[in-house]
Amino acid sequence: MKRIVPIGPYHPLQEEPEFFKLIVEGEKVIDLEINIGYNHRGHEFLAQKMTYDQIPFLVERICGICSDSHPYAYVMAVEDAAGITVPPRGQYIRTIIGELERIHSHYLWVGLAGHFIGYNTVWMWVWRYREPLLDIFELIMGNRNHYAINRVGGARRDILPEHYGKIEEYLDLVEEKTHMFTKAVLDDPVILARLENVGVLSKEDAIAYGVLGPTARGSGYAIDVRKDDPYDAYDKVDWDLIAFDEGDILAKAKVRLLECFESIKIVRQCLKDIPDGPIAARVDEIPSGEGIGRHEAPRGEVFHYVRSDGSNMPVRHKIRAPSYMNIPSNAVAVRGYSIADAALVLAAVDPCYCCTERTVVIENGKKKFTGNDLLTLSRQKTEVLRRRYRR
Amino acid sequence: MANAKLWGLKKSPWVFHVAAASCNNCDIEILDVITPRWDVERFGIVLVGSPRHADALLVTGVLNRKSLSRVLRVYEQTPKPCLVICIGTCTCDNHMFATSYNVVGPYDKYLPVDVYIPGCPPKPEAIISGVVKALKRL
Repeated sequence: MKRIVPIGPYHPLQEEPEFFKLIVEGEKVIDLEINIGYNHRGHEFLAQKMTYDQIPFLVERICGICSDSHPYAYVMAVEDAAGITVPPRGQYIRTIIGELERIHSHYLWVGLAGHFIGYNTVWMWVWRYREPLLDIFELIMGNRNHYAINRVGGARRDILPEHYGKIEEYLDLVEEKTHMFTKAVLDDPVILARLENVGVLSKEDAIAYGVLGPTARGSGYAIDVRKDDPYDAYDKVDWDLIAFDEGDILAKAKVRLLECFESIKIVRQCLKDIPDGPIAARVDEIPSGEGIGRHEAPRGEVFHYVRSDGSNMPVRHKIRAPSYMNIPSNAVAVRGYSIADAALVLAAVDPCYCCTERTVVIENGKKKFTGNDLLTLSRQKTEVLRRRYRR
Repeated sequence: MANAKLWGLKKSPWVFHVAAASCNNCDIEILDVITPRWDVERFGIVLVGSPRHADALLVTGVLNRKSLSRVLRVYEQTPKPCLVICIGTCTCDNHMFATSYNVVGPYDKYLPVDVYIPGCPPKPEAIISGVVKALKRL
């Protein structure tokens, strides 16, 4: 008999409030319906009433976790339209902040994934080592989040030479801890049993749904704007693309953990090679024309399109965020797995979620599960596995 | 009976987190407050999964047309007396989204708000200080 399990719109798993309707038969999920739009604030409309220098502050408030990625893509779009060349020091600064943000975003995901399968220790531990990075952001840019480092033509703030030591100190710490977490995840039979062969997204489906970022790279579809279309300092440093073929949640977790090492590598090289000089080019006017900007955010490619008519405001500003492409792929990834796994599968694409337990039960099914019930189910399954492995 | 509820609320407020249309920075900072560096759980402040268990609502993000009715419904489900704590500038005065066609906030048009914590996002210290002020008023 078919039953419907509503998830959302206010639910622990999703950062933007979204509504998922799980259609289940017994324990098995047979289909998924997705309803979004709870978080619509009209950014594209607002951007057309703001000047080019105001928009970075607006677009960084699209998402708090990747608050560097949207302004990054936006300023590249404007620079593309106006034909501005960014001074080398500005390029390196933007790359360093972009990579530090990737570390903090991936740490956030690992912590919350641990939380969902009932390993709160993982959550607390990982987030503990995320804190020093936020201190570094505050040191460099004056705010823990929403750091506004990008401006049209370069970087808004300089990284002072006396801060290099602090960043490197943190990189040493995070490298050691990422080794520890990677071992902890890959050696734990319970975590392996929860993640392996769960929520499999095949390469064909990944291409068909146009997924991006770690979701695509976990399915063997190795796309990354930083490699495919290098910008700023990404072609001047040496790093590897991480991809796995399995397509399950374990592969996505491995991609994210191993990418932290690559980010550390990139930031180290950037700090070593960073040239002196101005951090931003002078921009007097934006000629009429159009431009695009692409940046590899922690969740995948962010795309911004800007059309200018020669005035101080864009006439069109189009934004495409990676989660918008990744979320529909949940419909195939969750099919055939149990309800207890659904919580994790929906979170596996890292749909920019960050919110904690919150739910509204909507009365359109006979049996109602709240977000809490799903978490309880998920944790019970871990508990069962834990007992099995203890024997 | 109301006094018993108030007594429990003061001793260990259980909070429920409602994000309307937020950018989730305030939401991350709320989670940060319960992770090891600040660790408010030692004072009995617990994030709960249902508004029916909550003593206080932490609201974040601007209110938009689609989320308004849901947020009001969450408020109705919360046992009274309850605190409503607005976290972030968006909740206090709509921030930079005030001119958007889809924004209907701020919250004090619809809910009795106890504390406003401005900031984009407010630092964890500010959130803790705001909650302390709310509890002192009781």
